[in-house]
Amino acid sequence: MTTILRVKGLTKRYNGFAAVDRISFEVKEGEIVSLLGPNGAGKTTTVQMLLTLVSPTRGDIEVFGKDLNEHREELLSMMNFTAPYSLLPYNLNPREALTVFSLLYGMRDTKAKVEFLLQEFDLTRLADKRIGRFSSGEQMRLGLAKAFVNNPKLLLLDEPTASIDPTTARELRAKILELIRQSNGAVLWTSHNMREIETVSDRIIFLSRGQIVADDTPQGLKQRFGQEDLEEIFITIAREPLGSSA
Amino acid sequence: MNCRHILGIFYRNIILIRRSVPKLFGLFGFITVELFLWGFITIWVQTFANNGANADFILLILSAFIFWSMFALSQRAFSISFLEEVWSRNVINLFASPVKLSELVLGYVLVGVAQAVLAFFYITALALLLCTFDVWELGLYIIPFFMNVLIFGWVLGVVTIGLVVRFGPSADILAFFIPFFLLPFSAVYYPVHIFPPWLQRISVVLPTRHMFEGMRTTLIEGVIPLHDVFWATILNAIFVVLAFLFLYLMLRLARNRGYLSRLVQD
Repeated sequence: MTTILRVKGLTKRYNGFAAVDRISFEVKEGEIVSLLGPNGAGKTTTVQMLLTLVSPTRGDIEVFGKDLNEHREELLSMMNFTAPYSLLPYNLNPREALTVFSLLYGMRDTKAKVEFLLQEFDLTRLADKRIGRFSSGEQMRLGLAKAFVNNPKLLLLDEPTASIDPTTARELRAKILELIRQSNGAVLWTSHNMREIETVSDRIIFLSRGQIVADDTPQGLKQRFGQEDLEEIFITIAREPLGSSA
Repeated sequence: MNCRHILGIFYRNIILIRRSVPKLFGLFGFITVELFLWGFITIWVQTFANNGANADFILLILSAFIFWSMFALSQRAFSISFLEEVWSRNVINLFASPVKLSELVLGYVLVGVAQAVLAFFYITALALLLCTFDVWELGLYIIPFFMNVLIFGWVLGVVTIGLVVRFGPSADILAFFIPFFLLPFSAVYYPVHIFPPWLQRISVVLPTRHMFEGMRTTLIEGVIPLHDVFWATILNAIFVVLAFLFLYLMLRLARNRGYLSRLVQD
């Protein structure tokens, strides 16, 4: 399997404080990898470094074997993301917003793509409604539709189903998996929803205070920690001092 | 009446003003600039009246007003295009997309051109209708003048974006104030010779000073002052490069210090 994302010794320091501390991992084609960890563990900072929103203090990020810093535009056109802190313009409607992002990602045949995404994410009936009047769940669905606007090979999902009811969350998870499998891409997924993480992940990377403290399959983690519940493992790791679980 | 409630409201707002450099700047800067502006206008009107100059005062003032409005509009259209992304918390989507900085700026330039051309035709038609003032009396000078006005507006728009990236959304107030701070020193409504000598020397670096001096020369003497056009264009070219460099450095700083994510959080 081709390695889509390779992170080596990635570090981000703010005034001496290490938000992310020498983390290394890989994500291969077709793989869904989850970043898990308590608040302040460095998940969002890692995602933001992968999106070039934050510059690493040290370390390398390679996407399809190319340095992200040197080939920024080329590589970002193969990636996409959604995050609850990043909304789409409130004064546009979904059809307009998706058209704008299709253009920003250099897509051709934008009209067909936009209509496809509106349908896939059950937004057709809302297509002409201003985004500013959307519920948070509808905004989340639209954010996900935007994340697929360029058929990404690497999808970064930061809490993609936060503020969505369980039924819709399940449907959306299924949709994300279906679309990403169609494009043979990979996903880096962060969430605090343990059941979600367990359902979707091929591998889970536990972060604590900026460091990777475990990297394994959900089953492997359960065996290693002797727990049946991922939430118990999460709590155990979050309470442990660094270096005792890796 | 509960004094503690009033104190609560007062305290909440004072915290905001005290913490925000742009807000403090707006507080003191605004009245300082108004003092300069109206001081110079008064001196010019007095000089004009005493000398019994034969130029059409209304023509001078209205031309200056129209082109200054175009300059401010050009800067505002540019800055607000970016601020819209900040206000709607869409700015992260933009910076995480494959759009290059140069493409972003050129996109905003196009928005600025479209708005400025529309507004120019509207305001000149209105001036003709209401004040029987025909701005086309400026003749060919309009072309380099209008271009320089737009370009310097974009320069300040780029600087505004850089400041918002550096200081966060609270710096959006600068989008509305920055052109105003240059107004008294650009010799828009009065000639540069009424400035004290030290200010004349400083204002030489402003393209707007050369544009508006040139405009007055054209209207009063009927000739296009090529040296003013030349200096306005050269200075604009220098400022375009400096503004780009400034924005590039602010973005690099923002990426290093994590300021970009703050743009959707403040």
